Amino acid sequence: MPQWLIDYWALMGFGPTGWGLSMLRAAGMTIAVSSAGFALGSVLGALAAWGRLSGSRIAAVISATYTTVIRGIPELLVIYLVFFGGAVVLGWIWRTFWDGEGFVSLPAFVAGFIAVGICNGAYQAEVFRGAFRTVARGEIEAAAAFGMPRALAFRRIVAPQVLRFALPGLGNCWQLCLKESALISVTGLVELLRQSFIGGRSTRDFFSFLLTGAALYLVITTVSSALFAAAERRALRGLKRA
Amino acid sequence: MIDAAFLLECFRTILPGVPTTLGLMALSVSVGFVFAVLLALARLSAIPPLDLVARAYVFVFRGTPLAIQMFLIYFGLAQFPWIRASILWPYLREPFWCAFLALMLNTAAYGSEIVRGGLLSVPHGQVEAARAAGMSGLLLFRRIVGPIALRNALPAYGNEIILMVKATSLASMVTLVEVTGLAARIISTTYRVFEAFAVAAVIYLAINFTLAGLVWVVERRLSPDHRPELDAAPDMRLVH
Amino acid sequence: MLFRRSFVRLAAAGAAVVASGSQPARAQQRTIRIATEGAYAPWNFTGPGGQLLGFEIDLANDLCRRMNARCTIVAQDWDGIIPGLTAGRYDAIMAGMNITDRRLEVINFSRVYAAGPHAFGTMPNSPLRNLPGAGRTLSFATEEAEIRALLDQIRPLLRGRTIGVQTATTNSAFLAQFFANAGATIREYRTTEEHDLDLAAGRLDAIFAAVTAMTATAEKPEFRGLAPSGPLLSGGILGRGVAVGLRKADTDLKAAFDAAIEAALADGTIRRLSERWFKTDISPRS
Repeated sequence: MPQWLIDYWALMGFGPTGWGLSMLRAAGMTIAVSSAGFALGSVLGALAAWGRLSGSRIAAVISATYTTVIRGIPELLVIYLVFFGGAVVLGWIWRTFWDGEGFVSLPAFVAGFIAVGICNGAYQAEVFRGAFRTVARGEIEAAAAFGMPRALAFRRIVAPQVLRFALPGLGNCWQLCLKESALISVTGLVELLRQSFIGGRSTRDFFSFLLTGAALYLVITTVSSALFAAAERRALRGLKRA
Repeated sequence: MIDAAFLLECFRTILPGVPTTLGLMALSVSVGFVFAVLLALARLSAIPPLDLVARAYVFVFRGTPLAIQMFLIYFGLAQFPWIRASILWPYLREPFWCAFLALMLNTAAYGSEIVRGGLLSVPHGQVEAARAAGMSGLLLFRRIVGPIALRNALPAYGNEIILMVKATSLASMVTLVEVTGLAARIISTTYRVFEAFAVAAVIYLAINFTLAGLVWVVERRLSPDHRPELDAAPDMRLVH
Repeated sequence: MLFRRSFVRLAAAGAAVVASGSQPARAQQRTIRIATEGAYAPWNFTGPGGQLLGFEIDLANDLCRRMNARCTIVAQDWDGIIPGLTAGRYDAIMAGMNITDRRLEVINFSRVYAAGPHAFGTMPNSPLRNLPGAGRTLSFATEEAEIRALLDQIRPLLRGRTIGVQTATTNSAFLAQFFANAGATIREYRTTEEHDLDLAAGRLDAIFAAVTAMTATAEKPEFRGLAPSGPLLSGGILGRGVAVGLRKADTDLKAAFDAAIEAALADGTIRRLSERWFKTDISPRS
């Protein structure tokens, strides 16, 4: 074995002084916080898309403002806002409305996924909106002609198709979410970027740590994009390609 | 409890960061565009090694966070004595050029996919018609393929530019004093969160709306025949 | 449940129990969350595998024993450490933080548990290696005129040089006050570890930092030769010593920390910890 590989294994292995386990744990944290952020983003995105399409003027304005503002400012700024401002706001609500005492604090994980979710929701809203547009008018009209209630038509006709058409876009959003999650490192959450940085600082070998971190990100993005591709194939089966 | 005086102070502190933000964005977008075109041409060249290299490049840069790329360039490269002894060091020792390099390499990867999409969207008939008229090589590219591809790629590229404005905020992580870095500095020295955030957000939105507007104008100019579709207001769409 | 509620429970008798130190645990153990930076060796840093180590980690554990409290120590980046305290993310800061007027506007401090001077730090090949005033230890409290005269000599030497400093520190405030218009580039870093690296890499001509941290860094092979240049300064804008940062409202907690620190100073614990981590005694003189 070449010397550099032996050195690398001593550094990144799973022995008592190896950082391998820490790095893997941090990769797990990246996946966890991204997943939570993505889920929140889906809720916010669906709400915002619904707001745009609902026909209510107020809802449309709120949704449009949300998606435009969030997509126009850096994610890092949103993370700072949620991390530093979130606890202030929550504490105020807690003390004012529940007559509580002390503080309500937002753990870094929660602050992190909320920030990522807020950012991702703005992009998911556009994906959902675009997907909804591709659902043929005629199908909704046909459902109505059958006497299907709107809620049922949404559940049976609209939602499945929106989800199906939204899948490729959602795959993109997930990738975005993963990469944005790296910025949560500024809140102190030990995810992949922060762990790489801590290791680099502590051993003065940034290159090995950051490269390992980057490789782990690549593994995560590759595996997840394969999963999305499989889901897409499944969702689109039986659909004629244009 | 809006403190106007403090808001103004925030604005005065943060505004000097705007030239860095804009300069970093403009430089990395323009150099990155050239690099993106080269990558797109490599992908379309049908020369297997070129295609493979370009593919691998795009895969790696799109599959990893920009922050890690920036840290790798800034801290990772600086740890090697032979880099510090090389002719590149005068550039790599400056945080600005490290941030530029990371942003440029990153946008080139995303941009190459947009450019490739634009080139692929040029209708074959138009190329054939031009060939029939005796055009070939550079002339064909300059007169027919280039403009059509540019027009088709412009909306997506406009988005990429806006994403780059946002991405410059990461330069604060390598000591560069730009808008987000200054906002973060206000938060950590005055311990007040919302004013600095609001001021920075307004600055970014102003920059991005201006850019979106510019792209929209260029788009209209480039496509007189497509005007009806483009009458919608400028919109910041998703590309990534 | 989404967020964790934390009530700082302070038994009324707590301070008294702490002061005597020897009484058996009474009432219910309080929980104190202490934030540290984890990137400021040897005060506090992150060891292999991610555990927190250093002078302040040992001291925090000792103080908690004296206060009969259960402590959790969390890592928090420096630039968000005070907002995190006021937002209730944790109850105390032990991160090599000096008492300053600016910070006193927002938070409160315990009594001082350590104090050390600050200085420019350079590598052997730096053009700023031999700043005037070398070997002198001066305090703003008593020798301000002398310091100002020295700084006037140093100022022209910094023209065109690049100086690194950690953001939002007494050190960055010092540079901003005395060298903002010196024609030098002042780069602010999120951690001292980062400016140490850039100093060794040759991106910086000097840093301005605590001498304690500098001395510890110089022991690592990549930083051999890192040493203070010019005078060693303290007091005034550089702060009144390192203390535990606390919320203004938590007066009981302050009383408990004060008593515990007093006891740790009296029985020599702080001196012992200081000598272990700094190889010198940095316990406060007063």
